[in-house]
Amino acid sequence: MIERDLVIVGAGPGGMGAAISAHENGVKDIFLLERDQYLGGILNQCIHTGFGIDYFKEVLTGPEYADRFIKKINAIPEIEISARSFVTHLTKDKVLTYFKPGKIETVKAKCLIMATGCREKTREMTHIAGTRPSGIFSAGLAQKLINIEGLLPGNEVVIVGSGDIGLIMARRFTLEGAKVKAVIEIQDKTRGLLRNVVQCVTDFDIPLYFNHKILKIFGKDRVTGVSVAKVDSCMREVAGTEFKIDCDTVLISVGLIPENELIEMAGVRIDKKTNCPVSDETNKTSIPGLFVCGNAFKVYDLADSVSKDSELAGKLAAEYLRSAG
Amino acid sequence: MKIYDVIIIGAGVVGTAIGRELSRYKLDTALLEKETELAFGVSKSNSGIIHPGTQNPPGSLKGRLCVQGNILTRKISMELGVDFKETGELIVAFTEEEKLRLYGLKKEGESLGVPRLEIVDSSWLRKNEPNLNKEAIAALFAPTAGIISPYRLVYDLSENAARNGVELFTETKVEAIEKKEYFEISTSMGVFRARFLINAAGLFADDVSGMLGIDDFKITPRKGEEFLLDKKKEYLANHLIFPLPARTSKGVLVIKTADGNPIIGPTAEDIEDKDDLSTTDEGLKKVLADAKKLIPSIDERDIIAYFAGLRPVSGNDFIIRHEEKAPGFINVAGIQSPGLTAAPAIALMARDLLKENGLALKKKLMFHSHRKKTIHLFAAPIKKARALIKKDPGYGDIVCRCEMVSAKEVEGAVDRGAKTMDGIKFRTRAQAGRCHGSFCTTRLMKILSEKTNTPLKEITKRGRGSEIVKKDRGDD
Ligand SMILES: Cc1cc2nc3c(=O)[nH]c(=O)nc-3n(C[C@H](O)[C@H](O)[C@H](O)COP(=O)(O)OP(=O)(O)OC[C@H]3O[C@@H](n4cnc5c(N)ncnc54)[C@H](O)[C@@H]3O)c2cc1C
Repeated sequence: MIERDLVIVGAGPGGMGAAISAHENGVKDIFLLERDQYLGGILNQCIHTGFGIDYFKEVLTGPEYADRFIKKINAIPEIEISARSFVTHLTKDKVLTYFKPGKIETVKAKCLIMATGCREKTREMTHIAGTRPSGIFSAGLAQKLINIEGLLPGNEVVIVGSGDIGLIMARRFTLEGAKVKAVIEIQDKTRGLLRNVVQCVTDFDIPLYFNHKILKIFGKDRVTGVSVAKVDSCMREVAGTEFKIDCDTVLISVGLIPENELIEMAGVRIDKKTNCPVSDETNKTSIPGLFVCGNAFKVYDLADSVSKDSELAGKLAAEYLRSAG
Repeated sequence: MKIYDVIIIGAGVVGTAIGRELSRYKLDTALLEKETELAFGVSKSNSGIIHPGTQNPPGSLKGRLCVQGNILTRKISMELGVDFKETGELIVAFTEEEKLRLYGLKKEGESLGVPRLEIVDSSWLRKNEPNLNKEAIAALFAPTAGIISPYRLVYDLSENAARNGVELFTETKVEAIEKKEYFEISTSMGVFRARFLINAAGLFADDVSGMLGIDDFKITPRKGEEFLLDKKKEYLANHLIFPLPARTSKGVLVIKTADGNPIIGPTAEDIEDKDDLSTTDEGLKKVLADAKKLIPSIDERDIIAYFAGLRPVSGNDFIIRHEEKAPGFINVAGIQSPGLTAAPAIALMARDLLKENGLALKKKLMFHSHRKKTIHLFAAPIKKARALIKKDPGYGDIVCRCEMVSAKEVEGAVDRGAKTMDGIKFRTRAQAGRCHGSFCTTRLMKILSEKTNTPLKEITKRGRGSEIVKKDRGDD
């Protein structure tokens, strides 16, 4: 079996940042696995601006932000990239199995950084009752359909949750000529960045309902509407406040879950509630030499924070490799 | 115009099982289905249990056909390459009074011919079912219970039927029937003629029967809400776990499934609307509470999906009979649970009714009894996966990351008849995992679009009216 000094899984800002940082800290053999064809991860579909303000002191779009790292990585010969490589198994000894078109490979990592990012919480995880017609999307899927595929998922949209992707998508749909009829947030404040509320919702006169909850989704083949009600401080529905909104599309933006199924398979201790690794120090896990960085470690609001986190992960990996000899 | 020997209305598990059975004979047979794909009715949303035959009244038709179906399903699944797994089931008692009822159930089961029933005690349970509520004192163990993928069974039955000459027509809704010299069946796709007609229309069997003036039964939908748990919980239970049955249902169960995700449910509620497939907050609450009584460690956070199915209920038993008022017309109606299990036995009964009423059955010289097993990467050990990928790189191109489905499998599903996103999901499991298609939807749409030569904006979830997107900006 091939052994590599440092294997990194995931080439979003977390994985790329960690690779660059590890190299800067002296690691000479870095193997970066990415399941997609391109580097950049979810940044590629984030064509709006707002990236880099912290990290580069510049306002960039997602792809521009990613490109800074991609250029750097391509210039470092010690980083080997394996794209279209989908890791399916991980053992506690850091042996990875991955699929590539045409083959299955295994590689043993002396040190491993997992930068697998997040998935979105689904309608099912929030247990929204009602039917299951077409027209229900996670905000990220809607974003991909519009920004990457050039397809408009719906004309009349209700957004559940005021997460950043949901807010950004409120503006995106509006600019695409669709009507965003409401953003429904169960808390008394937004989950997203304040600037996104202002620039993506308020500026477009989109009604934002705080302390409201979606009760049910209607429609047989396609969504026809949702019912909504006010909630009290214990998130219980307030009787008599229910109302219906007609729409053909429901966007779910109720939060992110770190994708840590692989490290769970390897036996890393996972917090059941957050799906993050149980850890008392940033990036460390219950298995020595197995680090987690970026949104897989903790859900960050900004790519800039992920980049900072990944610098540390790269450094920790280098230290680990030095001490392990 | 062609005159079919037999037309079957409805391509759920019952209709396709009958179709496949008849394909052994020299007959012109057609299956008419109103939906865009087969198995989009009751047969797609059920628990997937091949019941042993317990919990049925002695002397009932459904009990007898269930016991027989349990045996027949094993052979069929082998021939068609559908995974059937014998898991065994436990009906659990928590009090002495409940324990007494187990003996009654055992006796009833034995009188129906259910084999190898056994009452097991708490130490047996502790050993063999460690997550079960410790307060359980005994259980009725039925080792012949098993699990199967209900939709894959329908697809494989229909594929094999088609290979043996049965014609399948989808998006063909039967709207009126007249009995002249032949049955004249008016559908959304034109008129069909047949000498014999079988009504296997599931929830709508009363409407279809009514078209020939036979309206002495009514189908009432009995809704069952079910909740799927993450695959990580596959080994929550080793058997199918049942409480003691309630009056109208078997109660809320903890179910192992062919796909690995355990199911908890179903509820049982009689409703009016045959299209009402909504799930409710109350249903969720009830199912969670009841399931936790059986296995306390079940957690609400493990739920990754849910659905509702409607049992087509008419009275307490199946209605399978030849109608003297319309000679040549056979009703196969009220196929409530355990209809999935009983389907192959129902097919034999329907065949016999055809014969008794004048249809000559001559075996074909050549009947293709077997089909090549569909490959599922998620079920293949790594060594097998490696060999597959070597043979065809498409197996290494993973499309659905939660359920490990490759591009090759998706293409295969489309080749075998998938026309919709749900059709792909039921055949391959792509989109059925924890992210619910957030990551793979666009790729699947493209494969479907390319292979079926359909514009992306016309790709649907489950047929016309359920298009995924509203507009392709490329068309502007
Ligand atoms: C929640 C739930 C759980 C269950 N669990 C189990 C279980 O674990 N084990 C078990 O054995 N059974 C189970 N069952 C029962 C089982 O699912 C049914 O008995 C079985 O699927 C019925 O099959 P069918 O072919 O009769 O009906 P369907 O699958 O509904 O097929 C009928 C078909 O007819 C078509 N059709 C209707 N009208 C027309 C028309 N006018 N023209 C053309 N086509 C028409 C419909 O579209 C449909 O596809 C369960 C049922 C439910 C609801």
